[in-house]
Amino acid sequence: MAKSITQEFVKGLWDEIPPFRLVLGLCPTLAVTKSVENGLGMGVAVIFVLVCSNILVSLLRNIIPSKVRIACFIVIIATFVIVVELLMQAYTYALFLKLGIFIPLIVVNCILLGRAEAFAYKNGVIPSIADGFGIGVGFTLSLVSIGALREVFGNGTFFGMSVFGQSFQPFTFMVEAPGAFVCLGLMLSMMNLAGNK
Amino acid sequence: MREIIKMIVVLTVLSSFSGGLLAAIRGGTKDKIETQQLLFVKGPAIRSILEGCSNDPIVDRFKIKDGDIERSFFVGIFDGKANAVAFEGTGKGFGGNIGLMVGVSLDNDNIIDIGVTTHSETPGIGSKAKTDPRFSNQFKGLAAVEPCKVKPDGGEIDSISGATVTSRGVCGGVSNAAEIYKRLKPQIAEKIKEFN
Repeated sequence: MAKSITQEFVKGLWDEIPPFRLVLGLCPTLAVTKSVENGLGMGVAVIFVLVCSNILVSLLRNIIPSKVRIACFIVIIATFVIVVELLMQAYTYALFLKLGIFIPLIVVNCILLGRAEAFAYKNGVIPSIADGFGIGVGFTLSLVSIGALREVFGNGTFFGMSVFGQSFQPFTFMVEAPGAFVCLGLMLSMMNLAGNK
Repeated sequence: MREIIKMIVVLTVLSSFSGGLLAAIRGGTKDKIETQQLLFVKGPAIRSILEGCSNDPIVDRFKIKDGDIERSFFVGIFDGKANAVAFEGTGKGFGGNIGLMVGVSLDNDNIIDIGVTTHSETPGIGSKAKTDPRFSNQFKGLAAVEPCKVKPDGGEIDSISGATVTSRGVCGGVSNAAEIYKRLKPQIAEKIKEFN
């Protein structure tokens, strides 16, 4: 392994940051980023599931037969997703009501399956933790930044606090579904512009 | 052959392990989740019905077995005495069942107030049963031992305009709650003593 642990972690923050560089996991990205709070909640849930499933997959990588590996990954991921769902219901019910169906849908999020297949199945436990945590934090950062843009312009608030004051006319388009696509596209193009220099 | 056995064993062990883990976590969080659901789904209705009570009705609750189901009763303490309960009845609405929280005073068996908890009525028309106090206020002070009806059916409740079926459903829910109250009153009176 040529890369150090730090490199495995840092790559998730820019070089392979989802959903911009990997362009995976778009469904939750577009759907839950109506506000910063939702984005952060979703991101934290994904970090937890990603780190746990990466640990387990890399621990079991010599036991899991390669023919049924996808089935095994799904079982592992689904288990942790339901753990998150139950914990969210028990401790942050208000957030659970807002995120709703998108928490169970983490199961079919390609980022998780992608990391399990492409990284954790081929690497040791420590690099897998670093990779999962890096990618998870990167995903959270993306969700929070898209959420911030959409909330600030679409609703005039940041984390529920008013930013522009009373006279601001909210740009409602941003908090609706088309706004999510436009916002994601613009951010992606900005990142490509910055990367091409 | 060996490969197939290995696959079966690995998948079986993995699945049963995850099943066990989930069962354990579910068991551990069950009570907490129930409290949260009460707080967010039924909490607002219970609090507005038992407004002015000196305790927290969501904490002070008890259950009574009624046939196959267990019903939850929420206790309200007024003037230092536990003399009010809120519990849920159901009525048949336009879009499905209407869950109805009904508060009853044990002193005179009268309805204190009602509140819709869950419904799937038409937004803006039938949903007024939940949001319009002019409709729900009509139930205040009615006797909780008699069935209640809307005016066209010979009762005295003015229905919401354009939502007769919903209004009937709410009346049905109140009647259902009255039935439950009549049936379980001895047990309620027994259990509520613990809160005095």
